[in-house]
Amino acid sequence: MGGMNISEKILAHASEKEYVKPGEIVDAKVDMAMINEITGPLAIQIFKRIGLERVWDNQRIVLVLDHQVPADSVKSAELHKIMRMFAKEQNIPFLYDVGDGGICHQVMVEKGHVRPGELIVGADSHTCTYGALGAFATGIGSTEMAAVFATGKLWLRVPSTIRIDVTGVFGEFVTPKDLILYVIGEIGADGAIYKAIEFTGPTIRQMSISGRLTLCNMAVEMGAKTGIIEPDEKTIQYVRERTDKPFRIFRSDPDARYEKTMEFNVDNLEPMVACPHSVDNVKPVKDVEGVEIDQAFLGSCTNGRLEDLEVAARILKGRHVKKGVRMLVTPASSEVYLEALRSGLLEVFVRAGAYVCNPACGACFGGHMGLLAAGEVCISSSNRNFIGRMGSPEAKIYLASPATVAASAVVGKITDPRRFLEG
Amino acid sequence: MRVSGRAVIFGNNINTDVIIPSKYLTSLDPTELARHAMEGIDPNFPKKARDGVIIVAGKNFGCGSSREQAPIALKYAGVRCIIAESFARIFYRNAINIGLPILEAPGIRGEVDEGDIITAVLNEGLIINESKGKVIEAIKLPDFILDIIADGGLIEHLIKVMRGGQC
Ligand code: SF4
Repeated sequence: MGGMNISEKILAHASEKEYVKPGEIVDAKVDMAMINEITGPLAIQIFKRIGLERVWDNQRIVLVLDHQVPADSVKSAELHKIMRMFAKEQNIPFLYDVGDGGICHQVMVEKGHVRPGELIVGADSHTCTYGALGAFATGIGSTEMAAVFATGKLWLRVPSTIRIDVTGVFGEFVTPKDLILYVIGEIGADGAIYKAIEFTGPTIRQMSISGRLTLCNMAVEMGAKTGIIEPDEKTIQYVRERTDKPFRIFRSDPDARYEKTMEFNVDNLEPMVACPHSVDNVKPVKDVEGVEIDQAFLGSCTNGRLEDLEVAARILKGRHVKKGVRMLVTPASSEVYLEALRSGLLEVFVRAGAYVCNPACGACFGGHMGLLAAGEVCISSSNRNFIGRMGSPEAKIYLASPATVAASAVVGKITDPRRFLEG
Repeated sequence: MRVSGRAVIFGNNINTDVIIPSKYLTSLDPTELARHAMEGIDPNFPKKARDGVIIVAGKNFGCGSSREQAPIALKYAGVRCIIAESFARIFYRNAINIGLPILEAPGIRGEVDEGDIITAVLNEGLIINESKGKVIEAIKLPDFILDIIADGGLIEHLIKVMRGGQC
């Protein structure tokens, strides 16, 4: 029969089976379900149509307001209200309202709602982020979420898995974001549709949880169902600090099956940039250095964590954002915001002339704030550079690491952050 | 199960931000969403689709966000079926779950021109290009997915199953 990898083991466990193989369709039990105010109200409306009075389990649902907070229009205020009323009606304790949460994916991991070995679904495509903690997590739509609210179950096709084995040590100002952009450039925007991506190797073991979240976050940009990393001591410590709920550790068998294994070495990796208008249009920063920018955005569920703010602050400290360029900094959550406040990072940003926004999706979403006008160029630490993603369809978006975003903001043009290395 | 319509052609990697831009997501009204279907790539699309069309597209159709508003906008704009070389998985599931027929057919882009009359025979996984007199094979949907589509979507299906006491 051969061994199973971590994704297969979690899906087997969730569907009460001894063994599953890729291609098999399983009816799986969901451990946690997350909605935000963009996809949630529709799910709630559909759930009501089913005619059930109660959700399957009010302790397993998390509601987060993050895309348009605080409400920027009466319409979004109405959506927020639907979310609040549903939480109240169903007696769901996990509602993260304006001011007590942040970006849904950051909130999920930070507040201990993601545990290794669990099957987690979210009505948001970047739900795959949670695989960084050894859970199997994937995005679903609103109708499916309504069905999950009703039954606690979901059909899933067991994906085949691409293993990405990473060795080597990152150079200064080269980050996990540069690695994942490089990988996406190699695999392509449709190279992993319906598949899982498992990250392995010594570089991943060395990597912080924050970096691992960045990697798994962007798995969906290759079409993947999820990105996943086997839990280790760091994972267990991170989760233990946040929840006392029990969890199970699954690890890939030594003879686990993979559709293919790709090897990457980061020793000589350079800062990478995804150019307009697709995430797989990836080039080393030196090929695009000098492109003039109007906006620099540091934030999102990809790169809005403390570590990301820290690396940007190293470049911005004592310097100023180039005149004519605006820089937006959006911490991923209230917790990150508070830490950045305590450690003085926010002051560095404000002194540098950056605009520090409230913890939320911010400019990444292109529907709330920090929108781009026609012809404008933005360098962003987020995950998508589709046409119209951040505002006008005639704007251009370049994706890069927090270091590259900060360096570019200072120079006013796309810039290799290594130019700011001291000494 | 058969659906027919005039083909409208799209390329590879048509993403959900193009299908329905973020700024319209505050609406829960399907007809309002339909008015902006495909606005990011073809603002005339709602007019074209009004009388019922079949989208024929390249690879990775529907990539990007999990917004179910994307297939909803297309369905209510008049799209009767989407046939693509491949789909992004969340879009694929969403379309099925709202009862919008969808077929994966590798090589389809080479077989259909804009305006051809297309019939999709869902339960057999076949596509008939009536204008060219050709039959193209698609990947057949599993039976339980055909059941969901036949019932008009996952919720209708679920309600039926629950009433039948099987849930
Ligand atoms: S930060 Fe951007 S990618 Fe992440 S959940 Fe918010 S809108 Fe989506």
